[in-house]
Amino acid sequence: MARYITQRLVYLVITMFLIATFTFFLMKFLPGTPLSAADRLSEEQQAIVLAKYGLDDPVPVQYFNYMVNLVQGDLGISFQFDNREVTTIILDRIGPSLQIGFQAMIVGTILGMLLGLVSAIYHNGFLDYGSTFTAVLGQSIPSFVFAGILQYFVGVKLGWFPVALWGTWEHTVMPTISLAIFPLAIAARFMRTEMLEVMGSDYITTARAKGVNKFGVVFKHGVRNALIPLVTVLGPLAIGLMTGTLVIENIFAVPGIGEQFVKSINTNDFPIIMGTTLFFAFFFILIVLVIDLLYGVIDPRIRLAEGE
Amino acid sequence: MDNDKPNKDLFVPVDTRQDDSEKISRPSLSFWQDSFIRLRKNVGAMIGLVVLIILIVMAAIGPSLNEYDQFEQDLSRAKMPPKVENMGWLGMDGTLSTVQTNESLEQAETNALMRFNNDEDHIETTVLNDGSNGEPAEVEAVYDIYAAKDMEGQNFWFGTDGLGRDLFTRAWEGTRISLYIAFLAAAIDMVIGVAYGGISAYYGGRVDNVMQRIIEILVGIPNLVVVILMILILEPGIISITIALTITGWISMARIVRGQILKLKNQEFVLASRTLGAPDGRILRKHLIPNVLSLIIINTMFTIPTAIFFEAFLSFIGLGLPTPLASLGTLVEDGFQSLQIYPHILLFPAIIISLIMIAFNMLADGLRDAFDPKMRE
Repeated sequence: MARYITQRLVYLVITMFLIATFTFFLMKFLPGTPLSAADRLSEEQQAIVLAKYGLDDPVPVQYFNYMVNLVQGDLGISFQFDNREVTTIILDRIGPSLQIGFQAMIVGTILGMLLGLVSAIYHNGFLDYGSTFTAVLGQSIPSFVFAGILQYFVGVKLGWFPVALWGTWEHTVMPTISLAIFPLAIAARFMRTEMLEVMGSDYITTARAKGVNKFGVVFKHGVRNALIPLVTVLGPLAIGLMTGTLVIENIFAVPGIGEQFVKSINTNDFPIIMGTTLFFAFFFILIVLVIDLLYGVIDPRIRLAEGE
Repeated sequence: MDNDKPNKDLFVPVDTRQDDSEKISRPSLSFWQDSFIRLRKNVGAMIGLVVLIILIVMAAIGPSLNEYDQFEQDLSRAKMPPKVENMGWLGMDGTLSTVQTNESLEQAETNALMRFNNDEDHIETTVLNDGSNGEPAEVEAVYDIYAAKDMEGQNFWFGTDGLGRDLFTRAWEGTRISLYIAFLAAAIDMVIGVAYGGISAYYGGRVDNVMQRIIEILVGIPNLVVVILMILILEPGIISITIALTITGWISMARIVRGQILKLKNQEFVLASRTLGAPDGRILRKHLIPNVLSLIIINTMFTIPTAIFFEAFLSFIGLGLPTPLASLGTLVEDGFQSLQIYPHILLFPAIIISLIMIAFNMLADGLRDAFDPKMRE
């Protein structure tokens, strides 16, 4: 197990290094300059500004400095906001993103599991068709389209929740729902498939035969075994949520990382783009790692297979 | 009557033949015929297929169904609501309406009229609640903007956008471009993925090892990040969006193909073919790939909606097609700018993109069930 974790951590470092290098050189080749009014500045002024951001060094030196700073957790200074460190900006904005992300994940998976469970118990019944169709809708309709529908009808027409911005928990409701739809659909489909398979297996027949009541069969014997494979989709779901936050935060004007990222793309704020890219990548790899480890903890058979 | 006693003459002994039990009574079906029969029985998949065909046909002929051009701007007819002749009951009667609430009835009426520039000739007001029961007064005003602009002969079926361009034409042009990007990306993913996975699995050993390490590193990079970075360096356009989508898109295909070919390559029919002297390329093309084909088709069918989503997503965060080109993503993004007052600009592209995604997913689910009944839910 320890060897496995070490190996994965080494992979993590290699991947992060590659991504950092890749983004660094990409940003160097990007068209455009960080100076918004280059033609109006004299040569000296330009040189001063470039020196301030360390852009006057040769590219290899810049790369070396960037890497050294990166290891120390310093992602550079934003071009757009004077003298603000990228690290601080990211840390300032991580809260709202994490909050709606977590809420969506929890609401989505739990409701999705319930939906899938209902589907499996009433297999081929009216409830099954209803929830399967809901799942297909949730999986298909893009989150931003759903957010638009929600914003117009619930926010503007009914006025139940604030249309946008951030502050109270009420502001988190609509972004959370918009984000939760996709995990809900995936969890429901997955749960249904797994439950149907589990309920057809021999140990369920045994449990029935020895007289366990329906509730006990479904929850004690069925659900617990159906949950194991569900853990594998949590990783891709969490990553899907990251994609979702980019648009959802923009639609609902949530001051999160995704909103900052999109804003920086439109203002050529390279340090922030690089910083957030690395941050997203790090988060992504970390989630995959945690899910893989979690899977081993939940299902001992997998741990045995890894330990050979 | 002697009805209940059957006549003995009715019974004739059957001459028994040994090979009767061996006879095949039904026509033998190939794998593809069998799958197709199963697919046809799947209601969801068939609905998906029909919707998809309708949408593709509309994307092909839609832009030329009316006299407007997708780029033709005219600010005097900006943000017209949708109007279809004789279809007023659908809510597409070419009017704008508002409901104003106020403490006093007169103020509510004034507000309602003011909302549409006090153009009283073309405004019909209805008092929903005169405020006598203690609640605030409510007045609804319906504004016939087509009449007000003297454009009664014209019909914009989906309305117009902020620059007065016909949304019907633009919506189907956008569908065309979105589908084009998605099909192209899926096709490229398929070719690269199948080749990569096939070679990696078939040659095995060191080749496989190196190719798998490369995949492991690529998988670790979030595709969202790669796509965005690629778009940043390449100038936005149809081709660069397609390239960005394919850079990481082929990986899942490569993995699936590799897994299947690893399973197949040691089976007897491959050995037989090799014994007969077939070169590697022929074994791959004629024996291995056809056996993985169903999985390749299923995976491609799931890639297409993902590509459509990503294209729309890119447009949404400002990395999409440059103006004035329309794709479903840019149209949806446009719609968000004036969602509160003119929801129709968002409505139609949003419906189309949702329908495409739903239809593709249902068809892909159906195909998966048809090709592999074991995987059936």
